[in-house]
Amino acid sequence: MALDQILVIIGGLGLSIWVAWYFWFSEKKAVKVQSVEGGIQEAVIKVKGGYTPDVLIFETGKPIKLNFIREETAACTEEVVFSDFNKRATLTPYKTIPVELKIDKPGEYGFQCGMGMVKGKLIVQ
Amino acid sequence: MTHDPVCGMEVKTPSEYYIDLDGKRYEFCSENCQNKFALDPNSYIEKMNKVEPSYRTTSDGIEKLTLPINGLHCTSCVNTIEKEVKKLPGIRVARVNYATEMAHVEYMNGETNTEEIIGAIKKAGYQTGQSTLKIGIRGMYCGSCVSKIEKELKQKSGVISASVDIATESAIINYIPGLVCINEIKNVIEKLGYKTFDTASVKMEKAEEKEKTTAEPVDENQLAREKEYKTLMSKFIFAAILSLPAILFSYPDLWGLPEQFQKGTELLTYIWIGLGLLSLPVMFWSGSQFYTGAWAAFKNRSANMHTLIATGISAAWLYSAVAVLFPGIFPSEELADVFFDVVFVVVALVVLGMALEIRAKGKSSEAIKKLIGLQAKTARVLRDGKELDIPIEEVVLDDIIIVRPGEKIPVDGEITAGSSTVDESMITGESIPVEKHIGDEVIGASINKTGSFKFKATKVGKDTALAQIIQMVEQAQSSKAPIQRVVDNVSGYFVPTVMILAILSFVIWYVFGPVPQLIYALIVFVTVLVIACPCALGLATPISLMVGVGKGAENGILIRSGEALETAQKLDSIVLDKTGTITEGKPSLTDVITSNGFKEDEVLALSASVERFSEHPLAEAIVKGADDKNLTLNDPKEFNAVPGHGVEANVNGRKIFLGNLKMMKKFSVDLGELEEKSIKLADDGKTPMFIAIDDKAAGIIAVADTIKPDSKEAIALLKKMGLEVVMITGDNTRTANAIGRQVGIDRVLAEVLPEDKAFNVQKLQNEGKIVAMVGDGINDAPALAQADIGLAIGTGTDVAIEASDITLIKGSLKGVVLAIQLSKATMKNIKENLFGAFFYNGLGIPIAAGLLYPFLGLLLSPLIAGAAMAFSSVTVVTNANRLRRFKPKLK
Repeated sequence: MALDQILVIIGGLGLSIWVAWYFWFSEKKAVKVQSVEGGIQEAVIKVKGGYTPDVLIFETGKPIKLNFIREETAACTEEVVFSDFNKRATLTPYKTIPVELKIDKPGEYGFQCGMGMVKGKLIVQ
Repeated sequence: MTHDPVCGMEVKTPSEYYIDLDGKRYEFCSENCQNKFALDPNSYIEKMNKVEPSYRTTSDGIEKLTLPINGLHCTSCVNTIEKEVKKLPGIRVARVNYATEMAHVEYMNGETNTEEIIGAIKKAGYQTGQSTLKIGIRGMYCGSCVSKIEKELKQKSGVISASVDIATESAIINYIPGLVCINEIKNVIEKLGYKTFDTASVKMEKAEEKEKTTAEPVDENQLAREKEYKTLMSKFIFAAILSLPAILFSYPDLWGLPEQFQKGTELLTYIWIGLGLLSLPVMFWSGSQFYTGAWAAFKNRSANMHTLIATGISAAWLYSAVAVLFPGIFPSEELADVFFDVVFVVVALVVLGMALEIRAKGKSSEAIKKLIGLQAKTARVLRDGKELDIPIEEVVLDDIIIVRPGEKIPVDGEITAGSSTVDESMITGESIPVEKHIGDEVIGASINKTGSFKFKATKVGKDTALAQIIQMVEQAQSSKAPIQRVVDNVSGYFVPTVMILAILSFVIWYVFGPVPQLIYALIVFVTVLVIACPCALGLATPISLMVGVGKGAENGILIRSGEALETAQKLDSIVLDKTGTITEGKPSLTDVITSNGFKEDEVLALSASVERFSEHPLAEAIVKGADDKNLTLNDPKEFNAVPGHGVEANVNGRKIFLGNLKMMKKFSVDLGELEEKSIKLADDGKTPMFIAIDDKAAGIIAVADTIKPDSKEAIALLKKMGLEVVMITGDNTRTANAIGRQVGIDRVLAEVLPEDKAFNVQKLQNEGKIVAMVGDGINDAPALAQADIGLAIGTGTDVAIEASDITLIKGSLKGVVLAIQLSKATMKNIKENLFGAFFYNGLGIPIAAGLLYPFLGLLLSPLIAGAAMAFSSVTVVTNANRLRRFKPKLK
């Protein structure tokens, strides 16, 4: 086997492992949302190709208000779906669209775009 | 004692804080209030002089507040609310009137406020009748404008909360209609020096104009979608035009171009450099969303379709750029090939696919848009003897609303005067207009056809049938069908897996592939990335669900969730409640049999006269039967009820006995053959009553709960679909069997106590069957909840029946057939989509990776892969849209 082939094999395997690690196993940065006056836990989520932040930590039982601001017109992120709560919101571009939730059970609840390509997660503790 | 004009508190005179103005002394509780007053005395004086006794006085620091409350069902609700409100500090009086559904609260200003009171009512589990107004505000330049307007609005009585958004130039105001109206709110804002304008959702146009122009409210999302479509189309056209020279010069030998354009010539190299430069705007303008999308996802450690396309075209471009600029670094000349055409064509096709998808998706959500568009904008309300055209948001409970021919009925209510026929097809799916008289229910958004009438609003705002339908449909469309779980498990791994597959394919082709390895490896790498279509997978279920649920709503079938839809197509047994489901639920006259030469009309008229003032349902049926035949009734005299037997009375000087067999025996009436006939009627499930006129047997009047006209047909259809149909009823076995025979049900569960219905459903489930229960949703709630699928037959405006999975707005059993057929059609569609998406990706990716090459010598071009990818998701959406043409098979 020639040297270039060995290098390609090693490089390819290394790259594959990196892809797997980066997208699946690396720790995602979670944002802890503090409750403000009146006990509401409010967060702003920027929507552009993805959700920023996409992992948010909340406290159980307190009302949650997520303010989505979609900073793009690409149709992919037009809708945000919270299927655990049968909630859906259409995100009008460049407008603040609030989604209000109250989660009484600790756990992880996903939210995603209409097609499930762009995802985020609420961690309720 | 006097009152502080600022805070309204009681102040001892003389107070050390005072201001003399225009010869009058104003005294204050504190320096703070004094200062406030000094800054803007006129507004406080105006406030003081303003008489607003109907809802609020600030005379002795006590605020009086009257709030409409929705959802009061019983007198115990009243206590719950009162108790909860009284827990607040400073409450003097808290009274809830059950009949008027109003809460009257008196409280100390400063110790609590409207918002807290509303909060307490909410905490007790009830909603106050509040409305939300969105209003546009022009002329705001800074954050302080926002707080100024908000503060001023919140001070206005009747305004619960106000939130002003400077970015969108609008305010969202929660207020109590009746306490404050939209114009007053506007005045508050305009007084501060800002201009208000109506945003789309609160356009105050007259109802007539609305009917004429039928202008749709401007849907910003629709506009955004249109804009995006146009942008994508221009991006596509740009990329498509530029891709023509790219294709031409990438395969000079294929097109047989003159020698100077062939590979290896200097001219072609320059052309290639030109193409490389030309491809930059294609990549970074036409394909900009791939890069922004991929980068945003990458930052979030996730990957999507954009990641795949961006990686694919970037690889192709980089390789080509190196090949054209530094051909020398490749060991052999043939490796220095270019793939600029891949960049052009893949971008063009995928962008086209995205544009087409937007178009198709717009159609999928049409049903909900149609529902929202049904809402009336204004109502003509009678207040203080005056007719007022007001926006629908300001209609409050118990308002009397006037509806003229051809107009849309604005909210739900009950007719108080006049009569008409009403087209309710948009809500119930029933195409034949319904006659409406005094006391009948009308549904908001239905259209008044012929007559004029007045009605009392019984449900407004979020409680109207239409609002609830919209909410239910939206919720169902956002819910997840269990089948979706398969996709959810896959989709999180899909894109990175494809990337790994692409890398490994590259390695395998590089190491084991034919010469030139690098070229093959690159082609395979790009093709795998481009062909994979995660969108088709992600779209498959939700898009069909959306169309299916929407289609249901169009036909008066409200499906609560994707799960309900999925279960509804797997049913084995269907249990039908008798009363109100198979039958009308109220008795009506069925037979009049005469004897001894009496005439039918005579017998009926006399019986009805006797029963004229009785409120018994059987008596009402007889009177209605006589009314339908336009018979003249007389007042009964010497009326005497014989408990357990019947009644006797004198009508027009004739002695009448009306009652059961015991009654006739008691008065020794010879019945002759009538007795035998009565047994036959009873066998048919009817209730016979004998009538004797002047001590002579005159005939039998039979009354029965009539079977709905299409019940028999619907049951036959259910059986044809292979379902076991079971009837359940509390009636005696004889009547139950009689009804069962008439509608063609073999399995009858009779004499079942209401509380045992759920148990009987469970017994069927224990036989291993998936059971649906159809009932009216009120008495049958436990059974509906027990069943795998509970179908509630709606009664008019009560659409959101909690216990049910599916609500049929129209009373017909055919709705059950339709619901099951629709579920089957939708699930079939979802499965087709899922199969298509999995099959496409499962087959496409290995072929792209060159799996067929060793056997057939077949290798996909990245161009074909781009086309396949672009159209796979369009196909999924188009397939889902086929459901819009769903037609029930009701024959």
